[in-house]
Amino acid sequence: MNLIWASILIPVATAAVIAVANARAARSLAAVGSLASLGALAVFAWQFPAWSTGSVHPEPCGCVWLGSINATLGVGFDSVSLMLALLEAFLIPICVIGSWTAISDRQREYYGWFMLLHASILLAFAARDVLLFYVGYEFTLVPLLFIIAIWGGPERRQAAHKLFLYTFLGSLFFLGSILFVGWQHHASTGLWSWDMGTLATFASTRLPANTQFWLFAALLAGFAVKVPLFPVHTWLPLAHNQAPTAGSVILAGTLLKLGTYGIFRLALPMAPEGGAALAVVASVLCTVAVVYAALICWVQTDAKKLVAYSSVSHLGICMLGLFALNPVGAQGSVLYMINHGLSTGALFLLIGMAYERYHVKDMDQIGGLAKRMPVWGFFMVFFTMSSIGLPGLNGFVGEYLCLFGTYIATADASTGYPGLLGPGFALVAGTGLILGAMYMLLLVGRYVFGPLREPKDELHGQHAHNASHGHDGHGAVPGDLTGREVGLLVPLALVCLFIGVYPKPMLQAIGPVVERTLAPYPAAVERTLKSQSQAAEALQAEPKEDDRG
Amino acid sequence: MVDMSQTVAMLAPEIVLFVASMLVAVLGLSRSTGVRSLVPWVCVAALVGSIFALDAVWTPERIQGARLLFPMMGKYGKALIALIGIGLVAVSAGSIDRRYEEAVSRGRASFDALRVVRGEYYAFLLLSLTGAMLVMSAPDLIWLFLGLELVSLPTYIMVAVARTGRRSMEAAMKYFFLGALATAVTLYGFAMLYGATGTMQLVPMRDALAEQAAGAGLSTTALLGTILTVLGLCFKLAAVPMHFYAPDVYEGAPLPVTAFLSFTPKIAGFSALITVLGAVGWSGHAMVDHDGVRIAYEGLPQPITAVLWMVAVLTMILGNIGGILQTSLKRTLAYSSIANSGYMLVGVIVGPKGGIGAMYLFMLGYGVMTVATFGVLAALERKGEEVDSFESLAGLRASHPGLAFLLTLSALSLLGVPPLFGALVKIVLVFVAFEGGQASLAAVLLLNTAIGAVYYLRFVGAAVVNPTNAKSQEVVAVPHWWPKAAAVVAGLGLIVLPAFLSRLVDASATTVDGYVDLGEAVASDARR
Repeated sequence: MNLIWASILIPVATAAVIAVANARAARSLAAVGSLASLGALAVFAWQFPAWSTGSVHPEPCGCVWLGSINATLGVGFDSVSLMLALLEAFLIPICVIGSWTAISDRQREYYGWFMLLHASILLAFAARDVLLFYVGYEFTLVPLLFIIAIWGGPERRQAAHKLFLYTFLGSLFFLGSILFVGWQHHASTGLWSWDMGTLATFASTRLPANTQFWLFAALLAGFAVKVPLFPVHTWLPLAHNQAPTAGSVILAGTLLKLGTYGIFRLALPMAPEGGAALAVVASVLCTVAVVYAALICWVQTDAKKLVAYSSVSHLGICMLGLFALNPVGAQGSVLYMINHGLSTGALFLLIGMAYERYHVKDMDQIGGLAKRMPVWGFFMVFFTMSSIGLPGLNGFVGEYLCLFGTYIATADASTGYPGLLGPGFALVAGTGLILGAMYMLLLVGRYVFGPLREPKDELHGQHAHNASHGHDGHGAVPGDLTGREVGLLVPLALVCLFIGVYPKPMLQAIGPVVERTLAPYPAAVERTLKSQSQAAEALQAEPKEDDRG
Repeated sequence: MVDMSQTVAMLAPEIVLFVASMLVAVLGLSRSTGVRSLVPWVCVAALVGSIFALDAVWTPERIQGARLLFPMMGKYGKALIALIGIGLVAVSAGSIDRRYEEAVSRGRASFDALRVVRGEYYAFLLLSLTGAMLVMSAPDLIWLFLGLELVSLPTYIMVAVARTGRRSMEAAMKYFFLGALATAVTLYGFAMLYGATGTMQLVPMRDALAEQAAGAGLSTTALLGTILTVLGLCFKLAAVPMHFYAPDVYEGAPLPVTAFLSFTPKIAGFSALITVLGAVGWSGHAMVDHDGVRIAYEGLPQPITAVLWMVAVLTMILGNIGGILQTSLKRTLAYSSIANSGYMLVGVIVGPKGGIGAMYLFMLGYGVMTVATFGVLAALERKGEEVDSFESLAGLRASHPGLAFLLTLSALSLLGVPPLFGALVKIVLVFVAFEGGQASLAAVLLLNTAIGAVYYLRFVGAAVVNPTNAKSQEVVAVPHWWPKAAAVVAGLGLIVLPAFLSRLVDASATTVDGYVDLGEAVASDARR
């Protein structure tokens, strides 16, 4: 309990100290604060007793914050949320130390906002009270707004504005839905509760199917913006492209996962009837996203934009795994959340490192960088392989499970979890994988290998001159990765390798939570299938009656 | 028969303010600079004193004896008026008569009692607050009307008094004529209510209306009277369809007066609205279907609900869309004020079962945010003029980091970012809307919050994100500390108050304690 709050409050305290400290000390303070937060969470995870049970530990406390409606400050983790929180705590020091040289102006503000961003993301993953979750979820927007709008690329203001307005609107759908559920809970039991478990049990068992349908639709609409799903994804590529490197890393790494986590933690358990009824619609959107975003990636010349669109495509597969509504797919989906955070985060980091040296992202102007920076080239290839799902690296396991889950999600599945998708969906989404391999290899082929292309000398010299003030002191020819940069990438690479080779402990930890979440689904899916077949029969029956008439 | 001495005793807070207003009118004319500079202090002391007086004289026995429709509304409401009033005084302090006082202190001008306005300004400010307090505990329509007039008349002068510019005069004229029109509409409504019930007293009026509702239903005169009153009061709330004046008047008035206008008439208007609607009641009504069958209907009588519903929805939407289209800070804040009235109307529609409490809680949040926002703006000037464009605010964080932070804080709070106070009071409002069966209004409110985000973000963008430009380089802090202090305290409140949310929800819920709804009154009559 106290370790959870420690990991959340240490960054807040760090931000407060940074606000009054010397500007030069800001980055060191932030590094210390983020490592301390990681340490606190790591100790908690070490002692965590519920890795294999799927239950929440510790029991959320009843520390009431708003007495009249019994809103509490309840925090606690189950293995899924703990993994995501660990991912967040793991990525933040990398972001902070990765910004070491990239950010030279307004450092205090930058690191201060980063610490607040970290605290609010952790709060969202730790919260067991939906209102507390909402606070963490929503507050992430403010630091992110500033990080993109102040330290971003040339179109940063537009990007930050779009990001804020899209996600703010989305989260209002989510807020409306949870207030509705809380009120319904009070109306029918006479008690106030905002505990996720209580509300999920209540909503899934007591709300009528029609209400659950709209509840799920509203929650999906809310979280889909954050994920992002196909029609509401347009803010993401712009935000990614304009954000500073560390902003992109954390955006891809954990902020998008708040959306998928929200669907997994709130939408699916609260409204199984709605989930079953809307699974096909949502899956169609996911599949469209997979293929459509992959095709966009194919024609991108901007390296960062390419990776940004690949996020949309990848998260489509991740969501498809959830909507398979069977443990295999959902397990894969949760694993995919972690993997995507690691490998896409690392890719953004690498592109940022190259950008810091050349100030160009356009692959028409720059390429073959492995000749200049062999170490960079190695990591680039490594994380590309991880991202496209090379067996033996982390991406493969999650992706495979998602697609396999989708494939077996048929009405007559022998797993005990009938589904609504089936081989068709898996096949179409599978083409996304092939396209994914194509565009990522295209990226590697042009950006990393191939003939060396560097920006024109005078331009480049000018940049290098400007850049050398705040940088590691390289001359006109940019050097390979520094020890600091390699130090950031090695832990990421090791984790990717570990998950790829030995995913079993993680899958075992995810399994029980997923089974709890999906417990009401077989029945709900059966009902949906029945009503579908009835509707089909009615449709067939109608013309016959007409014939008789 | 209501004991007159008790009624007068209950007016102690108003009496304190009234005496203080006379005092500052005289002090402001003193030849001594020291005495003149005491004026804002006297105002603050009087407002603090009125809170103590309120606590002392509003005893349960007196409240019982006063025969008010909402016996407890005054206690929370008057304290709220006094509290935010202190902030509004601080926003004004220092800016009134500033040029003239500077000239006097440098010896470039001699003191001229005809040219100073400080005394009058604060006297009118206190009188207007007195009026708002009177509205809170009105036992009858005449009292209510006089209270409302006492709120408005001083503000007409305040708009014109502090600046001699033509825009200020235009704003004052516009405000005065349109205000008079709205007053006439309200008064016409009051007259019809009198005609429908034969009494000016609110408690007997409620009983008379209850009888009508239990019989053949409310008479057309009563319905029409209520609707006209609502529409007339919309002027005070700056709600559609009486919102047209707001942007022009807010822009033309001096900045501290704009701050005053966006709070005081609003709280007076809302309490008057609640008082009149309280006579009609939120229960015991029925609607007649096609076959002429009466069906019990939850909430205000259907025509009134329909009018209020449209007013609320249009106010929210037009306010927020209007806000997006502005470039002037004050006009943007005027539309923000309009939109916030729309949010609060949701609470009024929901009624005494949570809605009114939530509305008063929101009013507290709105007041604190108003003081914070206007405090920051009043603390800045450019070439001796008010700062009134987003352009001039650009790069504020480099020149005035503290003020930039406070402006960001209040803008994010108005926008609705948790865990700031502004977001929490809005969530409470959405919540009671759900609870009161007004899910559609809750949805409109949420959507409008998203629309409003567009222009509130401009404050954040200007203050923290945008780089300094030629125009904003000339922006400097004003030499007096009052507005800055107001902004700091209010900004701190936005962070600290969430910790006390639970208690504040309970406190604001007391406003409807002791109110007996129409349907319940009929039921208790039947039992007798």
